Amino acid sequence: MAKTTTVQKKRSMASEIWRRLRRDKLAMLGLAILVILALMAIFADVIADYDTKVITQNISNRLQEPSLEHWCGTDEFGRDIFARLVHGSRVSLVVGLVSVTISLVLGGTLGSIAGYYGGKVDNVIMRIMDIFLAVPSILLAMTIVAALGTSLFNVMLAIGISGIPGYARIIRASVMSIKDQEFVEASRAIGAKSPTTIFREILPNCLAPIIVQATLSVASAILSTASLSFIGLGVQPPDPEWGAMLSGGRNYLRDALHLTLFPGLAIVITILALNLLGDGLRDALDPRLKQ
Amino acid sequence: MYKYVLKRLLMLIPVILGVSFLVFFIMSLAPGDPARTILGETAPIESVMALREELGLNDPVIVRYVNYMADLLHGDLGESYKTGQPVISEILSRFPATLTLAFWGMLFAVVLSIPIGIISATKQYSIMDRVSMVFALLGVATPNFWLGLMLIIGFSLNLKWFPSGGNDGWSSLVLPVITLGTGCMASITRITRSSMLEVIRQDYIRTAKAKGVNKKAVIYKHALKNALIPVVTVVGLQFGSLLGGAVLTESVFSWPGVGTFLVNSIKAQDTPAVLGCVIVFCICFSIVNLVVDILYAYIDPRIKSKYK
Repeated sequence: MAKTTTVQKKRSMASEIWRRLRRDKLAMLGLAILVILALMAIFADVIADYDTKVITQNISNRLQEPSLEHWCGTDEFGRDIFARLVHGSRVSLVVGLVSVTISLVLGGTLGSIAGYYGGKVDNVIMRIMDIFLAVPSILLAMTIVAALGTSLFNVMLAIGISGIPGYARIIRASVMSIKDQEFVEASRAIGAKSPTTIFREILPNCLAPIIVQATLSVASAILSTASLSFIGLGVQPPDPEWGAMLSGGRNYLRDALHLTLFPGLAIVITILALNLLGDGLRDALDPRLKQ
Repeated sequence: MYKYVLKRLLMLIPVILGVSFLVFFIMSLAPGDPARTILGETAPIESVMALREELGLNDPVIVRYVNYMADLLHGDLGESYKTGQPVISEILSRFPATLTLAFWGMLFAVVLSIPIGIISATKQYSIMDRVSMVFALLGVATPNFWLGLMLIIGFSLNLKWFPSGGNDGWSSLVLPVITLGTGCMASITRITRSSMLEVIRQDYIRTAKAKGVNKKAVIYKHALKNALIPVVTVVGLQFGSLLGGAVLTESVFSWPGVGTFLVNSIKAQDTPAVLGCVIVFCICFSIVNLVVDILYAYIDPRIKSKYK
């Protein structure tokens, strides 16, 4: 009976949050854009063949203006820019999701331990996090890529590591605000071990700030990936990545604007959508903020 | 106040030590042999081994770090593998260009964003508010390197108003400053607006208005100072992204600063140069955070009173 009530309560809370989110037109616009992007990423191979349209060069077709055949024109090697953008969305979303997962798992674990145990453990973990925070995140990512080499995996790792301190701080603060509540004490009283209490009782109650932070972090991870690729430290050609595509178009600013225009717009629209959804989620999860 | 500044200054030491160790440790993971990089692929193995010994590359990481820090205390950041010049002089020769860019970029952001944020908050839901919020949203979402390229196309290649690169007088500063400052401006505008909105709904503001105090005086004397605390926090945090952004902006505009040097050094696997640049950037960031903390004490007397 009690379990049914809890499930109903959770469901009603989720539907209440969804109801609030649905009323936020900008957040819904962001969500719609992201759904389209996700579909593009999932069905990229159906939309445009990777080998023939994205990778294979066709010099006779180079620097074509946008047309019905090539919606966004072609690049300096004659490859279809729209096809590369579609496949680039896959790279961006994968990097965004994987790097945020790395930050979330590692930062979340460290933040939970620091917040739950407090004292010296908290002090040691948070001072180490302070050191990470003293390095601007893109510089930290650059340093890691410089050391480990440029590859998609290293870029994800670098961006993931640079996001750890942010999550550690947020989750520590949430855990500290919850750990002394009665239901947590009850869990300890019935003999639950610390990891069980943290993962089953405390963390599910800290989800609101984590969800908001994760949404916004995917945006900054995509931006960081594009930045690294733009200066040649991220995804390497011929793999399609929006930042790398922009970098390739730099030499043709005068003659072929579409080479830089479309990849840039793709980044702006994606970041904008994630920010709109993140802001909307923040308001929906904590309506006091909106007031 | 004195005590507060001193305490914050002392706290800088472990942070700088920690940051330098972190960066040093990460760079020590770099594959390849620096001695081989310096001498070239065809150098005999004996020469490579001798150079490794000379550079201390056979020592454990911690020993190398201690030696590096001992040299750092004397202002020595080692020698660039690529140019053979002391890293410190390479950085110092480029530092003024980066500092100029960062200073004007931040000034551009702060001077525009705070008034826009205040007007948006005081005229909430007006056309001005909506337009500025759309721009702020776009500003946050636009990568500065793309904005830089678009500005070059518009104002340099088409209108020919400003040069597309280099550091040659004030005209070459305009586009990089707008490129660098726009993202920060957008973030600061948003936080100024929301912070002002929160403050102008407080009871003491209502009281001031009820007493008949002039509207401008209420906004600028009563509300602004209290609304500034989160704004100052964001300005400080934005300085970090400004430094990161400077690396990209310099790359777009071929600006001869530390950022360009850093990117070239990473590509050339010039470890001492990369290490030196990152440490210098981190020290700058830490100093700005220190200034921000001191500003808190100036803005919020409650912080100052704790240390009296």
